[in-house]
Amino acid sequence: MGEPKTKQTRTFSDGVLKRNPAWIQLLGLCPLLAVSTTVVNALGLALASTFVVVGSNVCISLLRKFILQNARLAVFVLVIASFTTIATLLLEAYAFALYMKIALFVQIIVTNCMILGRAESFASRQSVGKTFLDALGTAVGFSIALIGLGGIREILSQGTLLAGAELLFGSAAKGWTITLTDGGLWPLAGFAPGAFIVAGLLFALVKSLGRASTEQPPMQLKGES
Amino acid sequence: MTELALLLISALLVNNFVLAQFLGLCPFMGITKGYDTALATGLATTFVLALSAVSSYLLYHGILVPLGLEYLRIILFIMVIAGTVQLIEYYLQATSPVLHQLLGIYLPLITSNCAVLGVALLAVDQGLTLLQTLIFSVGAAGGFTLVMVLFGAMRENLIHDDVPQPFRGTPLALLSAGFMSLAFMGFQGVLS
Repeated sequence: MGEPKTKQTRTFSDGVLKRNPAWIQLLGLCPLLAVSTTVVNALGLALASTFVVVGSNVCISLLRKFILQNARLAVFVLVIASFTTIATLLLEAYAFALYMKIALFVQIIVTNCMILGRAESFASRQSVGKTFLDALGTAVGFSIALIGLGGIREILSQGTLLAGAELLFGSAAKGWTITLTDGGLWPLAGFAPGAFIVAGLLFALVKSLGRASTEQPPMQLKGES
Repeated sequence: MTELALLLISALLVNNFVLAQFLGLCPFMGITKGYDTALATGLATTFVLALSAVSSYLLYHGILVPLGLEYLRIILFIMVIAGTVQLIEYYLQATSPVLHQLLGIYLPLITSNCAVLGVALLAVDQGLTLLQTLIFSVGAAGGFTLVMVLFGAMRENLIHDDVPQPFRGTPLALLSAGFMSLAFMGFQGVLS
């Protein structure tokens, strides 16, 4: 076999860049906008999503020979729902204060089309190793988008970074907060309208960067599966 | 009675699911290219949402709570939603081919609409009664439909505008949604 190394890194990096679930494919917009009020909230959801994407896709890849073709979507959804439940229980047990802030969106990971999309188009056909890389790439791509938006919105609305890190990392992280400006420059960024506006501006930036770096159109909308 | 009316207005306008709580953004961004499709999707979603929220409520309190299995609610609710969508599709196919033709392609997409699951979960987490769940889900779905239709009509006009290249499509849609959300923030004064 001996697959060339570049192809493996490609499987991973495509998920981060070329097929970035959030910026390019527009999947998972709801959690992206809802939970990106601060970096710590974003980080919490990014970790939970990564766990669900990688866990469920690897699981589906392991089971792919046993899943009936006709019942596959139902099985995928059940596997994803099970991993979401596990993620919910883990967060509830180890980071309860953070969980209370993002509870609804952790539970809603199950309807994130990016996970079902990867299960249908990749995990159900490929070996476990490749699926792991593909899922990890997708998860990292989504996490970068989420944490990036969270960082920008936190700086704009509160002038800090990593405020409330102790909710996720324990009391040792209390001093991690970086204060950049006294109070926020644009408090609206912390509210719903700000989320839409900041995300809209970022999308435009990503779009113009993508246009500059490649000749082919970067927008590649994928229908829901 | 006033309490129920407040619940309805809160779900419909003040805590609008799309613009204030970020639920159901996928269809909002994906389908609202025009007024007609927006209305059809909104109506189909309203139907599924109310039906699945009520059946989720009944199954949660009828089966999971007595057995102490509340943590299985995500799995149960997603199955209820998928089942409801499938049943409605069969029912429409058999009884009203016209309506099936109109809503048919939007029905399967509703399963992956997080607003539907969100309403069922919120209703259970907030400990609403059956009647409150029904009102809450109708209000949430009504708010979703209202915003879908408004936005669909607005986007029909935006398509023909001459905007800078990087802002075409999604960025402009997000920015317009932001200003709409800003306007909806004004409703917060209604309840206080």
